[in-house]
Formats: sequence, structure tokens, C-alpha cells
Amino acid sequence: MAAVDIVNVRKSFGNVEVVHGVDVTINDGEFVILVGPSGCGKTTLLRMIAGLENVTSGEIRIGGQVVNNLPPKSRDIAMVFQNYALYPHLTVAQNMGFSLMLKKASKAEIDSRIAKAAEILGLNPLLERYPRQLSGGQRQRVAMGRAIVRDPKVFLFDEPLSNLDAKLRVAMRAEIKELHRRLATTTVYVTHDQIEAMTMADKIVVMHDGVVEQIGAPLELYDNPANQFVAGFIGSPAMNFLHGTLNLHEGTPHMTLEGGGRVPLGKVPANSDGRPLVLGVRPENLLVAEQGFEVRVGVVEPMGSETQVAAKAGDHSMICLIRDRMIPKTGDALKLAPEPAHVHFFDAETGRRIAVP
Amino acid sequence: MTSLADNKLPQGARIAAPSALSRLMVNREWLGFWFMLPAAAILTLLLVYPLGLGIWLSFTDATIGSVGKFVGLDNYSWILGDDSFINATVFTIMYTLVASTIKFAVGLYLALLLNKRLPLKALLRSIVLIPFVVPTVLSAMAFWWIFDAQFSIISWSLTKMGLINHNIDFLGDPTLARICVIFANIWRGVPFVAITLLAGLQTVSPSLYEAATIDGATPWQNFRFITYPLLTPIIAVVMTFSVLFTFTDFQLIWVMTRGGPINSTHLMATLSYQRAIIGGSLGEGAAISTAMVPFLLAAIMFSWFGLQKRKWQQGSDA
Repeated sequence: MAAVDIVNVRKSFGNVEVVHGVDVTINDGEFVILVGPSGCGKTTLLRMIAGLENVTSGEIRIGGQVVNNLPPKSRDIAMVFQNYALYPHLTVAQNMGFSLMLKKASKAEIDSRIAKAAEILGLNPLLERYPRQLSGGQRQRVAMGRAIVRDPKVFLFDEPLSNLDAKLRVAMRAEIKELHRRLATTTVYVTHDQIEAMTMADKIVVMHDGVVEQIGAPLELYDNPANQFVAGFIGSPAMNFLHGTLNLHEGTPHMTLEGGGRVPLGKVPANSDGRPLVLGVRPENLLVAEQGFEVRVGVVEPMGSETQVAAKAGDHSMICLIRDRMIPKTGDALKLAPEPAHVHFFDAETGRRIAVP
Repeated sequence: MTSLADNKLPQGARIAAPSALSRLMVNREWLGFWFMLPAAAILTLLLVYPLGLGIWLSFTDATIGSVGKFVGLDNYSWILGDDSFINATVFTIMYTLVASTIKFAVGLYLALLLNKRLPLKALLRSIVLIPFVVPTVLSAMAFWWIFDAQFSIISWSLTKMGLINHNIDFLGDPTLARICVIFANIWRGVPFVAITLLAGLQTVSPSLYEAATIDGATPWQNFRFITYPLLTPIIAVVMTFSVLFTFTDFQLIWVMTRGGPINSTHLMATLSYQRAIIGGSLGEGAAISTAMVPFLLAAIMFSWFGLQKRKWQQGSDA
């Protein structure tokens, strides 16, 4: 086990820089998820940790040792690939024992380590099968088994669940989390799925266009997004953004929406009267209220425990989640207001969060 | 949504029971058979008939101009006692083994090289294909020139460099002639092996190499434990074809040496042609040709068993 430090790492392919100076500290035993939309540089960063890509500048340290110029095999890491990369001509057991075979470990040691990993992952009945004969979830598990057998300092996962169906993904999520709890090995996990990030990570690194937007615990990002990108990326359904101008002098503080509408607010940022900004409200914090602004109900999706309502106020589209059994109809007029304690303000130009005193 | 069951026919409507033939026409098990029929007919006409005729001729004393009569195994017992037939057979086997082995080694090496990130990769790949694209007769004539007793460019170069003081008689010396024709065959056959193996290499997912590299494999181990085993099915196919083409080679030899000097470079195919068409002894020539069949069958059987699906290729994709 080891800590991983990424210090001002940059990566260029030819003239195109895809990672622009990233700093991340991953503590020993931590489960860190790199998340972001495709093309944000998260996979490139992971491959640099693995040694499959060169680092253009900056430093990557594993357990305090700079690994920039170490070949992958000397880094003591194990990686689970998106397509699993199982050796098709080897059985499950041979796949798992491949690295030990290369190290010329004794047969007894290989067998015992395979048995141990198979035990952890429930792979015992499959050991003599070939990858072709396995289901997607089983292949996924073998790929993890191959990583576990090596007992590495760091596990690297590259979108390991994206080839699985939705139900299996949920199950594997729990399984990987449980595995991490059991082995307590430092883990770096790449995904574009913010739900995976939220549910599994100790710490999330949100990346966008080759830069780190925010690093923090899942709920920290959820409750205090540093900017509009993180706010919109974390959480599902996504946060609603309403553009308008703060108005503090006509009655209670409120925001005048572009195109009309008056959103009642509680605390607001200091010195902000008349300031154009973006109001962020999560769907579950947008409540039906007498004092609210008027919206027109669009698509209504009842899900039993809650009802998701798409609504429009002028040009503004928004989603709200209604928890009680008040199910509006498409075309209804409805009055909504944000919960005052759960609104976020963002600068209309920079997208940065504006603190509320 | 309406399910299929909802699409009922109107009440009272009836579909005539299909005839046995029309049922066979659409039966899935038989469909393949129907599709194969035209091809089978063409193959019968163009392959089975000539082959059958050749085998029949080998049991007759037919010559050009006479139909001949059945003579049983006379032709075979005659050629078995004929030194030039024995020599041709031995040389054919040698020619095939040596040329195929070297073609495989060089072809695999080129394929591995071309599979790497190289500048001008597309251009290099086209260049490799050139020997394959040039008509064999043309390249054979070029080699004939290259190895010519008087005008050989090799002799000329070596003379100019002062390494030799008289021309080498490449195609006049039996051993040298054999080496030369084998060399020409290799030159001609390498592109096929290289390009086909390259196609095979490209089906190997790069992430397997990445996984193996992380698992600690050296480049040699990557080849030994990943590339080679994954390539075996395609190697079996390529080498079968390569062996068949080499064993039945005719053009190169005929253009370069006509089997000489002193019959040293005769292959079974050229010898058969010489006896049957030039010499007019159709029966004897046919017997020599037919004698190639067991060897070819053996090669096919060998690859048949080599091509049997390996365990790891079996099973469903599910």
C-alpha cells in the first residue's frame, strides 16, 4: 500500500496539451475517483500513473518514489481495463496467475494466491474456464482477480463497469466498495458516471478539459460545489440553473429571472444588489410553494417514491422532484420556490461559486 | 404495441399447405445446401473433372495424339524406378520445407515490424506487397537476368568490387541453381505471409499488451505468451496455403531453369509438364502429377488438425 502524489502533471500529444497541470494527493488506502466527461483527461492521467503514457512534465510519486521513468512493471500497480483485457487463450486461473508466472513464482505459491483471490471474488467454480465462456460480470471479476493476485501497492480501475448492464453495474459497485474495505489498498478509479463516483469514493476528483475543477468528499462536492461545472456534473437529476438579477430593495430579497419571474430567496451574497448571477437549485430543493414563481408543467415522471417534474418558466427549463403524492398534470401551472438554505450562487461570467455569509 | 399474436388472419382465411419442395426451399437446414449448389457445380466442372481426368490418364498409356488404353499401375511402377522422378520428389520436398520455413520466419518478422508505429507505415506496407503484385513470370525473368551466367548484376558488382575475377554461373551449377530458385520463391512468397500475419496481429487488442506489460512481461514475453498463441490459428491457415503454393510451384522454375541443370531443379510439377506436354507422354506425366496428391493431402490433413478450434476459441460469446 502506498500514497500516490500527482504534482503539476502535464501531458501533451504532439502540440495538443490534454492535461494542464494537475495536482492530486491520494492518501494511503484511499479510494479516489477521477470523474469527468469524456475527453477531460482522466483516463490519460490514470494511464500516466500506470506507466502506459509518458508524463510530459510534472511528477508522479508512488509511495514517495518518483515513478515518471519507471516501467509499469516496476511500479507495483495493478490495473483493471475497461474491456477487461483478459488473455483469451488462457483459463481464468492462468489469467490470474500470469504475472506470478512471469515472475517465476513457485507453482505452490501461484496456486495458493489464485485460490485466495478466487475465494474473495467467488471465482472458484470458474477457474478452468476460458474468458469466452464467461458472462460480462464474471469477466469483470476475473479482471479484478488478476489485479488482486498481484497484491499491488495501488489498484487502478479504468471505467471498469461501463460495459456492464445497469443492474450488474449497481451490484459490482457494491462489490468493489466491499473489496476495497477488505483489502484497504489505495485505489484510483476512473469513471464518467458521477453516480459511481458519489457512491464509491472516499474522495472525488472532478476533471474537465484537462484541469481539476474540484477535489473533495462526495457530499462535500454535492453540498458545496466550487463552480457551476461541478454543480451541474455532480448529482442526478442535475442541478437547475436560473439566470437573473438579485433584487434586495423591493420587499424580501429575491431574484428577477431573465424574461420575468420572481424567485424568493433567503440569505444572499453581500453587496450583490442588482448583480447578474446564476442561481443553482437542486431538483429536490425546489418546492411547491404559495410564494413561488410560476412555471408551466411539462413531462411528469412518477417513480413511486418521488415524482420528477420538468417545468418551464419563460425560457428557463428546470426539473423538480416532488416527494409527496401531489402529482401535477402536463400543462398545469405550478408555483415553485427554492429552499432558502439550499441555494447556490454562481458568478454569471466565471461560473465560480459566490459565498453567502 | 401489438404483439405478433395479435396479427391474426381474418377468420375463415386459410393458407394452402406448402408442398414438400417449397418447404425444403425455405428450410433453414437446407438453405445452406441450396446456396452451395451453384458453387459446387462450378467446382465440379472446373476442378473435379480435370482432376478425375488426370488420375484416369495416369492409368493409361495415352500420348499426345493417341487415346491410349488402360495399363493399370504401369506408369507408377515406371516412374518409381526413374531417378529423375525420385530426384524431383526429393527436391520438391526440400524446396517446400526450406522456402516455407524461411518465408514464415521472414514474414513474421516483417509483420511484427510493420505492426509497430513506424513513419511512412502505409508506404512501407505497400512496398512489402510489391513482390506479390508483380506477375510471377515477370519476376522470374528478372531473377533469370540477375542470375544470368554472363550478365548477372551480382557477378558484375562483385567483380567491380574486386571480390571475384570471373562470373559466377548461378544457374549452371546444380547446388547454386537450387539455392537461387529457392531464393526467388522466398522473395515471391514473403509478402503473402507478412501481410496475412499483419492482419492477424491487428486483431490482437492493444490492451492485452498493456495488461501484460503491467503484469511484468518483457517484449519477448509479450510475443511468446500473447502474440504467438493468439496468432496460431492464422499461422496455420497461412502456412497451409504457403506450403500448397510452394509444393505445386511451376512458373518460377520453368522460367528460370526449366528444371536444369541436369534436372537438378525439377519440381514434380515441372517434370510432369515436361514429360506430358513437351515429351508427349500424357500417361506418365499424369502419373507424376497424381503422385503429388498424397503429399498435398498430407499437408492439408496436417493443417486440418492444426486448425481444429483450440479450446479457448470455443464457447459462446455471451
